Amino acid sequence: MGVALLSLTGMLISAYLWMFKHGYIGSLACGTGGCATVQLSPYSQFLGVDVALLGLAAYAALLGISVLGTQPAWADRREPMVATLLLSAGGVAFAAYLTWLELFVIHAICRWCVTSAVLIVCVFALAMLDRRRLARP
Amino acid sequence: MAGTSSMNRFYLALLVVAVAGGGLLYWQVRRGVPSIPANVTVTVADTAGFQGYFLGDPDAPVVITEYADYQCPGCQSFDMVQFPDIVRQLVETGKVRWRYRDFPLSIHPFSRMAAHSAACADDQGKYWQQHALIYQGQAAWSRESEVSGTFRGYATQNGLNLTAYDACMMSAKYAGRIQASYDEGVRVGVNGTPTFLIGDRLYGGLSNSDALKKLVDSLTPSGPPLK
Repeated sequence: MGVALLSLTGMLISAYLWMFKHGYIGSLACGTGGCATVQLSPYSQFLGVDVALLGLAAYAALLGISVLGTQPAWADRREPMVATLLLSAGGVAFAAYLTWLELFVIHAICRWCVTSAVLIVCVFALAMLDRRRLARP
Repeated sequence: MAGTSSMNRFYLALLVVAVAGGGLLYWQVRRGVPSIPANVTVTVADTAGFQGYFLGDPDAPVVITEYADYQCPGCQSFDMVQFPDIVRQLVETGKVRWRYRDFPLSIHPFSRMAAHSAACADDQGKYWQQHALIYQGQAAWSRESEVSGTFRGYATQNGLNLTAYDACMMSAKYAGRIQASYDEGVRVGVNGTPTFLIGDRLYGGLSNSDALKKLVDSLTPSGPPLK
């Protein structure tokens, strides 16, 4: 359930950043100009796809998997946990890469990106706890 | 496995987050993006009592008017490299009063937005601070697709009241003033940026602050040579 709530929050943040990048929103509530600098830099795309859109898709997948995992038929099965663990591990690695870019290449910090990085770390931690729960006899 | 009431609370929590977040996004979209129109009709109110942005002693013997465009690389270079020396050597010594006029070229899509952002900062007494940040960031924001967020970031850095700044930007209330500034430049013969009006002559470029010092010296014969 925690994963679902965190993923939904991540989806909203990703949508917010994506809408800004494409001009649907005039300015980001950021505190500094760092969010706009990061979102409008060449690094806001990965392999030609908006990073915010990748985040939106990943969080949507995590939300779907986690809601599925709360259903009675799936509650004690390992597949949702494994999928969440793999997806969030990839997310943590990607967030680390993006944070490195912000610090050492773009030289600007996007607070919403940092928030998203914290969210995906929390999702990964919850997935690890779930893995431990399912491993118990 | 979670009980029915627990699941209901979970779905309710998801619904609350989705509705609250979706509502905030909708509100952000409805707020829109500021847009500063070009070629507006200039009204008397647009220019009443406003002659440009001034720096220096009102009684300085020489007034230099700079016609510049925030998105012009030459203007950025002048503002970053030469202007600080000019301020130190000529403006702060009381020899020159600097007057800045917007001359947004049509080839630069964000010039009017930048000029308007600085004008809104002027409402809060932070014109020159916003002016400096806009020029400093020119290389970055010139590549952006939508710059209002970046300028708002500068407003934040300058400690502006963002509610008032946002209202000012959304109203585009200085579009006429910017147009009037441009029209003035055209009237006096400006055809590129930066251009400087010193006395009654236009100078297309100033190679360095020393050249400007000599020029100002020649215009103030009664005063001692500038140090």
